[in-house]
Amino acid sequence: MQNRSIKNGIYDSVIFLRQFVLPASLILLLGACGDDYREKLANRGSHARPVELILNEVGRPIPSILERQQELHRDNGQEPQTLDPHLAEGLPAAHILRDLFEGLTAESPDGRIVPGAAFRWNISRDGKTYTFYLRRDAYWSNGDPVTAEDFVYGLRRSADPATASKYAQVLLPIENAAEVLAGDLPPSELGVTAMDEFTLQISMRDPTPYFLALLSHSSTYPVHRASVQEHGSAFSRPGNLVSNGAYVLSEWVIRSRIELVKNKNYWDAEHVILEKVNYYPFEDQSTALKRFRAGKLHWTSEVPNNQFKWLQEHYPDELVISPWLGSYYFGFNLEREPFIENLGLRKALMLALDRDLLTEKVTQFGELPSFTLVPPGIRDYISPVPEWAEWTQAEREKEARRLYAMAGYSEENPLEFEIRYSAGEYNKKMALAAASLWKQVLGVQATLLNEESKVFLQNKQQKIVTQVFQAGWISDYADPYSFLNLFRTGHGRNDYGYSNSLYDALLDEVAAERIPSIRRRLMFETERLLLSDVPFIPLYTYVTKRMVNPRLKGWQSNVMDHHYSKHMFFLKAASDEAPATTAETRVVETEEQNSRIPGSAQEMTVPGEGDDVILAEDDAETAEAGQAQGLDLPPDEKETDVSNENMLPEAVTDDGTTPEDLLE
Amino acid sequence: MIQDSSMARHMLWRLLGLIPTLLMLITVAFFLMRVAPGGPFDSEMLLPAEIEANLNAKYHLDESLLQQYFRYISQVAVLDFGPSIQYKDWTVNELIGQGMRVSLTIGLAAMVLAFVVGTLLGIIAALRQNTRADYLLMGVAMLGISIPNFVIAPILILLLAVYAGWLPAGGWDWSIASMVLPVVTLSLPVTAYIARLTRGSMIEVMHSNFIRSARAKGLPERVVIRRHALRPALLPVISFLGPATAGMISGSVIIERIFSIPGLGSYFVQGALNRDYTLVMGVVIFYGVLIILLNFLVDMVYAWFNPKVRYDETS
Repeated sequence: MQNRSIKNGIYDSVIFLRQFVLPASLILLLGACGDDYREKLANRGSHARPVELILNEVGRPIPSILERQQELHRDNGQEPQTLDPHLAEGLPAAHILRDLFEGLTAESPDGRIVPGAAFRWNISRDGKTYTFYLRRDAYWSNGDPVTAEDFVYGLRRSADPATASKYAQVLLPIENAAEVLAGDLPPSELGVTAMDEFTLQISMRDPTPYFLALLSHSSTYPVHRASVQEHGSAFSRPGNLVSNGAYVLSEWVIRSRIELVKNKNYWDAEHVILEKVNYYPFEDQSTALKRFRAGKLHWTSEVPNNQFKWLQEHYPDELVISPWLGSYYFGFNLEREPFIENLGLRKALMLALDRDLLTEKVTQFGELPSFTLVPPGIRDYISPVPEWAEWTQAEREKEARRLYAMAGYSEENPLEFEIRYSAGEYNKKMALAAASLWKQVLGVQATLLNEESKVFLQNKQQKIVTQVFQAGWISDYADPYSFLNLFRTGHGRNDYGYSNSLYDALLDEVAAERIPSIRRRLMFETERLLLSDVPFIPLYTYVTKRMVNPRLKGWQSNVMDHHYSKHMFFLKAASDEAPATTAETRVVETEEQNSRIPGSAQEMTVPGEGDDVILAEDDAETAEAGQAQGLDLPPDEKETDVSNENMLPEAVTDDGTTPEDLLE
Repeated sequence: MIQDSSMARHMLWRLLGLIPTLLMLITVAFFLMRVAPGGPFDSEMLLPAEIEANLNAKYHLDESLLQQYFRYISQVAVLDFGPSIQYKDWTVNELIGQGMRVSLTIGLAAMVLAFVVGTLLGIIAALRQNTRADYLLMGVAMLGISIPNFVIAPILILLLAVYAGWLPAGGWDWSIASMVLPVVTLSLPVTAYIARLTRGSMIEVMHSNFIRSARAKGLPERVVIRRHALRPALLPVISFLGPATAGMISGSVIIERIFSIPGLGSYFVQGALNRDYTLVMGVVIFYGVLIILLNFLVDMVYAWFNPKVRYDETS
């Protein structure tokens, strides 16, 4: 439903560029002074090792280990299209808005839903009434209190057709939202009521188990009514923007820099350590990398493709790779020959692709080979693994050849079709590799067709010219329904022409089901049915890959790739404690670095939710608390109270998906 | 006197000619942009019909194409390019205003650099024709022309920014340091081109009759070059300047991207890819005016430089 596109198009204009730039820079790097350079950087202190992390009783770092200057330089990939939370779309805006605003719920460093502007909430038994209790100590950056009225105003503004919000569909589970969006009802009819100054009630159309996660999305943020009414569409500019998050907008030089400073009026300001956060829109990943290497950036949005080996070798501590909530796959057009009603043939093509080879040789960044639609990493959900996932590749290919022959194709009469993809280096490499594997294993004659992204989208949707096409999905909220719903009959993004009444009925059941365990089982069955029909070819799970300064801590890798600056802080460089590093010790240090896995930052034990958090005392309690704060609400309780009293962190968040695992 | 007034009349005509040219440009660009498949709100995330309707209504995309066209023309007539569909917090006027300052700064700085260095090198090479200095300079110039700047840029960044740490590795803050690399990179191929152009025409001029007469009069070589050879030798360079300047200001897309500079170029490219109709139209019109004006300017300078070209008969 509310998902964003996979922005392969971003790279379109530089594909050709990379092919020249990379070799050129690599030659220089190899030839020139790679090691000298690292030494120089170590001396400069910008990439120096941090001191050991010591946390106090509320899970924040003790002051003596903190760097004096707490200013973050963060690459944001692109210019945000807007900082109006209700018009925002795309990742760049979302990253900044998470720092500027706070929704009813927020996220912990590891991506769990935690209380935000609301410190606790009740959900009625039928799941259709949410009551939120707002913090009484929450203030806007200008000192006004954050009240339930602000949320009512914000949600109504977001749904108002006059606002023309693209992401207002996030609000659709709310009662009357669809009618308000369509202009049939006035925004005041939206199912949102301020019970008193600090109590907000939201009535739902359907019980939506992932609704709490949606409430951390920018379309549901409150806005400061007085300043919106005073400044109109210019309210999101520096000087005008009044926000309720941990930071305030202080400067915006379009396409150069967006500067945020700490919001002194934020309710949890005493635990916000970074004083200043700068966001830069580096569209070219090699530029961002060079700036990172020069010590001028602490965090990049991505890393250049093809540089994995080099980065892993030279920046093992800086390179951070972790699974992302997104799947990459090929779709079949089931309304067109030769794939219409031809399950065996589709299966043959699916089996013939060696996913290990594709992820190792083509994507190269530790992407996980995938056999299902829903990517791993969603709490409490494990996809049904098809039988063939357990086979060896040789067995799969054997079966593929059998099915291929059964479908009536052979060497003399090979299958011919087109693979269509959206312009982009990754997509092209993937399509090329798949075509050659198909040729090698089955003798298939596949031709490649590269299309500009909007043309591709249109062709895909019309289902007239497509046969096999590149597809992918990255979800905004961690719920399998977001993926499964794509294959519903008549869904706008059902580019496959997949239509199965049983599948649709199962989806309806999932949508109406409120008991988590039953819902989970239903989704499992739904996905299993989908996989057995083979309307698509699963290929791999996306990863996020970026460079992070090793002294920047407080954040953790999470499948959502949401990282709040308020959790982060800089540690002192270790060399400050023990100056005069000699050449010998540096060698030892380097060896130690190489033995570490990339991105060790995510192994930290930072609970990171300020003073609401007490360190866990025993495992049982932790597990219990983990359940209480998750989205799963035990059905037999009349009112489920999720307050911050039982908000306990998981002591050590090791979900077993270290980058090393992914890379092996 | 007669000549001056006809010159002024000619200038006036040329300026008036700008209006139909621009109108044509706007019309063609407007409809071409709409012919391209897809729209500004298409993305992998599909919009519910009611939301798409709200968006279309907000940007008047629900009206007929002709209605939209006339609406746009009447807006442009009062120099209002409308709101950007992509960058929602800014109007196209603001975006172009900001981008223009950056692009003009880089483009003009690079042009001045290229002109000064290029002519200087060209003259030196011409005067030392067929010596080692000539071969070396022209060899380097040939390299400068043939190596694209998206290769030179990362090399310069690596050497001067990453290894040496003297200059920033991209980014833009209006400091001289952040301008050096992009300006130099942008000017290199043009410098090389101007150097070769100058050399060629200088050699030709040095072999012409009037130079021989000047020498025969016993003028010192320095005076011969400065007073007699330079002006005619620079003529081809002057006529190259117009398109080259326009090209530098408008064509620095790759440089802007590599150095992460907030100029106009990427509005053009990204705007087109995103189907940000208003932004693309704004940039097209801006470039159109710029190119027409620059060519106009060059013609004027050319006439002033070259007595053979006067505009008595035209108009």
